Amino acid sequence: MLNDIFIQPFADMFAAPDFLLQVLWEGLVSGILYALIALGFVLIFRSSRIFNFAQGIMVVFAALTLVGLHAMGIPAWVSVVLTLAVMFVLAVSIERVVLRPLVGQPDIILFMATIGITLFLIGLGEIIFGGENKVMITEELGIPTDSVVLEPWGGLLILEQKDITAVLVAALLVVALLLFLGKTRMGRAIRALGDDHQAALSVGISLQTIWVLVWFIAGIIALVTGIAWGARAGVSFALEVIAYKALPVLMLGGLESITGAIIGGLMIGMLEKLFEIYWGQPLMGGNTETWFAFVLALIVLLFRPQGLFGERIIERV
Amino acid sequence: MLYRTAGQFKTSYKSDMALFPVRQDAVLLMVILGFAWVVFPLTASEFAFQTLLIPILIYALAAQGLNILTGYAGQLSLGTAAFMGVGAYACYKLVTLFPWMNPVLAILLSGFFSAGVGVAFGIPSLRIKGFYLAIATLAAQFFLVWLFEKWGWLYNYNASGAIQVPNLDMFGLYVAGPQASSIVQYYVVLAVVTLMTLLCINLTRGNLGRSWKATRDMDIAAELIGINLMRSKLTAFAVSSYVVGVAGALFVFMWRGAAEPNLFDIPLSFRILFIAIIGGLGSILGNYLGAILIVGLPVVLGTVPQALGLPISSAMVEHLNIMIVGALIVFFLIIEPHGLARLWALIREKLIIWPFPH
Repeated sequence: MLNDIFIQPFADMFAAPDFLLQVLWEGLVSGILYALIALGFVLIFRSSRIFNFAQGIMVVFAALTLVGLHAMGIPAWVSVVLTLAVMFVLAVSIERVVLRPLVGQPDIILFMATIGITLFLIGLGEIIFGGENKVMITEELGIPTDSVVLEPWGGLLILEQKDITAVLVAALLVVALLLFLGKTRMGRAIRALGDDHQAALSVGISLQTIWVLVWFIAGIIALVTGIAWGARAGVSFALEVIAYKALPVLMLGGLESITGAIIGGLMIGMLEKLFEIYWGQPLMGGNTETWFAFVLALIVLLFRPQGLFGERIIERV
Repeated sequence: MLYRTAGQFKTSYKSDMALFPVRQDAVLLMVILGFAWVVFPLTASEFAFQTLLIPILIYALAAQGLNILTGYAGQLSLGTAAFMGVGAYACYKLVTLFPWMNPVLAILLSGFFSAGVGVAFGIPSLRIKGFYLAIATLAAQFFLVWLFEKWGWLYNYNASGAIQVPNLDMFGLYVAGPQASSIVQYYVVLAVVTLMTLLCINLTRGNLGRSWKATRDMDIAAELIGINLMRSKLTAFAVSSYVVGVAGALFVFMWRGAAEPNLFDIPLSFRILFIAIIGGLGSILGNYLGAILIVGLPVVLGTVPQALGLPISSAMVEHLNIMIVGALIVFFLIIEPHGLARLWALIREKLIIWPFPH
């Protein structure tokens, strides 16, 4: 028993290093996607203290809109632009209809409101696009679908080109976002709002504009995530489940930290794959990916209650 | 006018702190209980029992358990469904291991198992707060549902992986299983729910309830005035999980008749959280109002297209339902963030001083 837990998995890893690399790569790719969703959460949480549960369904909704528009005969890239327009309308209407009347309510009320939005979007999406699984328009968007075969140590390592594209695009998006937040006026306004609502308002930063902007950026991130994940697994409402995976990422990385979201996402993506392949499947009957990330985050949180990169929690009476 | 309190004098502290300081509240409750115990069972159809009365009571009980934890002790939990599952599976093991056991006793005992699990998953709450804790309770949600699926002993290794409620009798009457009649099940559920509600009301009014409320309002301040936070939080988890576990056992044994692990998935957790929040956090009455709304609404919406003669497919109705429920949640949060119970409290205030404005 102890051998199976502590020795055998590592022996397997060393016996087939190419397979280990393959597992880590798969984990890295899903980790990137978790990180992207977590990024949407973090942006909204930082600027408005809203725990946005709707991020997952926004991914599904963006991907469905894109595929649906293309199915109507609109060229792929035009559909992307139109989808972005839809996400902008969504951001504006969420701000107007839901958030504005609820300003200043307790966190849990706003959290529930985002769950309400989630249900609304699920119903709306099913009515407009139908519930069946759809194929992402990967080729039409110019994403290569071949795979790269490497042979490290005489083994075999298969990297899908669309995964490589996803990783590169995600990295670009993160860099662009960091530059936007760090260098532009709007970005600084978002960070100011995150630091102190009252002070930001008093120097003339418009809460409404920033909220629309932040939800729109979250929408863009959702579209990128939707394309990347849809290229791997098709577009359906099952995608919503990956939104839950972003939650332990947030716990691990800290609710306020963008770096935390990315590092946490990659860590969870790779560790859960490793655990599933080397411990979960042989010892526990598999499918451990549903809970491993949560339990891992829980254990980390017992030692660091604010997550690995979160702001230190200082409490005063 | 009906709610006039003139002439009802309170001459001692005890009478001021009584369960019903206003006589009309007690009368109103008696009327409601009369309906629940006598009028509904006599008049309800099989359909009404199965789609409205029994589920409303069970959902209200589950929401009440969650409300103790979230509304009274301030610990947000998203793992309610998993604790219901623990109650249901514990009850299943009890009645199959000890077939001679009284089924109602088994249901009440199974709550203790979920209380134990609840305390174990409540331990992180001593260090983790707010949304971090909410995500931590999701760990319980996903881990336990996975366990229900993988641990064969729980469902007696049957091929389907689901639990089937056997025929159980009490004093010669079938109370659970395919042969039980709805009216008997309704009375069992009603009795358990009434008992639990009485327990919850009195717990939240007493010493323990006050320490929960202090913890909710500001835990550091509560600690400074001498409340043992560990005791307060863990008892909240224990009592809450007990009530939720009993609700879970009722859910499967008195209503569904069978259960697969994915029945206890996260949508059920959210449903119960909706009931607790729309009803009103920190209120017992609210759970019932919320349950009536959330359980009743889809039933009402389902009959509307037929009544209007609109040709809409059942799948469409279901999707419309989801949409409307989502929109209504937002709507109710906007008009009254403190829930339906607060709405009733406001109406009651108005009734007491009516016809004067203040």
